[in-house]
Amino acid sequence: MIVAESKPIKELLEMVKGFKKILVVGCKGCVTVCNVGGAKEVAILASTIRISGKKEGLDLVVGEHTLERQCDPEYIDELKDIIGDYDAVISIACGVGPQFISERYPATKVFPGVNTKFMGGAVEHGVWSERCAGCGTCVVHLFGGLCPIARCSKSLLNGPCGGSSNGKCEISSDVECIWDTIVLKMMEQDRLDELMEFRPPKSWTTARDGGPRKMIREELVK
Amino acid sequence: MDDFKPQIVAFCCTNCASSAAKVSHGMKKALPDNVKIIQVPCTGRIETLHLLKPFEEGADGVYVAGCQADSCQYIGGITKAAKRVAQVKGILEGLSIEPERIDVFHLSAGKGQEFVEVADRMVNTVKGLGPVLTAPNRN
Amino acid sequence: MSEHKAGSNLEKVLSAGHFAFTGECGPPQGANVPHLIEKANHLKGVVDAVNVTDNQTAVVRMSSWAASLILLEQGLEPNFQMVCRDRNRLAIQSDILGVYAMGIRNMLCLSGDHQSFGNHPESKNVFDIDSMQLIHTVKTMRDEGKFLNGSDVDVAPKLFIGAACNPFAEPFDFRVYRLAKKISAGADFVQTQCIYNMDKFREFMKRAVDMGLHEKCYILAGVTPMKSVGMALYMSKQVPGMDVPQALVKRLRGAGKGKAAEEGIKFALEQIEEFKEMEGVAGVHLMAIEWEHKVPEIAERAGVLPRPVV
Repeated sequence: MIVAESKPIKELLEMVKGFKKILVVGCKGCVTVCNVGGAKEVAILASTIRISGKKEGLDLVVGEHTLERQCDPEYIDELKDIIGDYDAVISIACGVGPQFISERYPATKVFPGVNTKFMGGAVEHGVWSERCAGCGTCVVHLFGGLCPIARCSKSLLNGPCGGSSNGKCEISSDVECIWDTIVLKMMEQDRLDELMEFRPPKSWTTARDGGPRKMIREELVK
Repeated sequence: MDDFKPQIVAFCCTNCASSAAKVSHGMKKALPDNVKIIQVPCTGRIETLHLLKPFEEGADGVYVAGCQADSCQYIGGITKAAKRVAQVKGILEGLSIEPERIDVFHLSAGKGQEFVEVADRMVNTVKGLGPVLTAPNRN
Repeated sequence: MSEHKAGSNLEKVLSAGHFAFTGECGPPQGANVPHLIEKANHLKGVVDAVNVTDNQTAVVRMSSWAASLILLEQGLEPNFQMVCRDRNRLAIQSDILGVYAMGIRNMLCLSGDHQSFGNHPESKNVFDIDSMQLIHTVKTMRDEGKFLNGSDVDVAPKLFIGAACNPFAEPFDFRVYRLAKKISAGADFVQTQCIYNMDKFREFMKRAVDMGLHEKCYILAGVTPMKSVGMALYMSKQVPGMDVPQALVKRLRGAGKGKAAEEGIKFALEQIEEFKEMEGVAGVHLMAIEWEHKVPEIAERAGVLPRPVV
């Protein structure tokens, strides 16, 4: 899933300062799963903004709405009858959401309520960890099913570097050295010969480095 | 300021706090009338939003009264509640509202005296802070 | 001369079978040329080549190629260091050509410390290619006259290719294989991380010799004399991949007040003596961090002077 975290409330209030009618829009996709942008969090953020309004003596109107997804125009369309009642929209979907809303409703002022972090998963309840860098050419099979591009601090394809210590990365003892894990696993599986193979420089053309990406599936295009 | 009577909402666990309340009633210890009790089967069921709503509706303080951490009827209910209280403290700070306006207390079924003391303590704390809504010139 | 890959002084010293002795000099945090020259001059005639670090520990300093050229002008042979952190493959290849064009003949290929260590932790890193691929890039440009995209290089850069090796990082069992991989990728010489745990290094060298790696590549043992007990503690606790045995800390402490530095030098000298005899070790890389003025004395006492003229 795409993992996000709430923006600090102070930052958010600063963004929407001066707006009287604010609509908070959630998303039932990834951000619901990572407990940051679903209906529950919409209600919490809306309530928080109302409390702030009361404290400051402002007469704020804060609406709540949660869409099936914010990354499909058909769901964004659902806002068309209510969006006109508000002068600011806070989307608490990933970075895709506020943009789809901005594109569909050009007159609306849209603000992001979360910081989108990474593609990853829940490693335990309340803890998420990065797994994919979206490089566009998956090669995890070369590394024991683990991705050094997303998970090595230096994206080394011929690791580990000299900073690997006790299974941890040189940048922090909180960060796993994925190359340590890769090497141990490959040696365990008797695949040292594969590790010894020189991995040439990667083509980043399929990654973000190749420019903004787009995918067209002709069989699906109407 | 002396005549300020804060409105407090207390979420009380039926297993411990509420029975403590009964004991206190038997002891003829009166709970302050500005503390509104909401009984919950387990404090673990209290969501973040439940803790925010009273503030939205004009309360000046909120607290959760539940079991001792090691004797929760449902094992970890009060621990979860404590984490949510901590989360709301963070939210209040973000709004420049004193985090002391929300708290969590651990009680036991038989402790009627303590039940009332906790309520009094919370009333006093919040009274000292004054009302949320008309607080002048906070940054 | 044709048997030489680059014809640098370091290469000639090593290929003639001499025990090599290299030093290190960090460029200034500014354009202080006199200071750089002063530091470098301590090493003149004392070492075979001077490593010039590239924004070491991710702290901004005068660029390594510029400082290398200043050393060259001073009559010292630089070992130009390049990290993959700050350059993509375009910049890497153009800098390789640039330094060669200006007379640099040794180049050490490194991944580079992560920028979170340094004084610009907010920066974006590059890591377009890694150190292994950097080694291979230099070799391909030098020996095949090709850029990474396969097109021809008009006059190939003849550089003596260096790599780093840390026998003390983990997983230990893989480290000798990683060295083998760097040699296959094109490393002509390697300089190891600072060695303090001699037992572990002996074991590492035994494995390297068993694999015949010392016959394919010159291995220079890294030595950094400890200046104080505090430095030893810092190295053991704060520097990832550094192995400082407690016995050494104890020894420095036991030397008494004001004598730890001399004890540190003594330990370094004992190490150098052992490296001279150790099978597979072709020389010593002395990294006297901000202690360049001590290098002549250490070299003298280590019995590595005068340096061979080849």
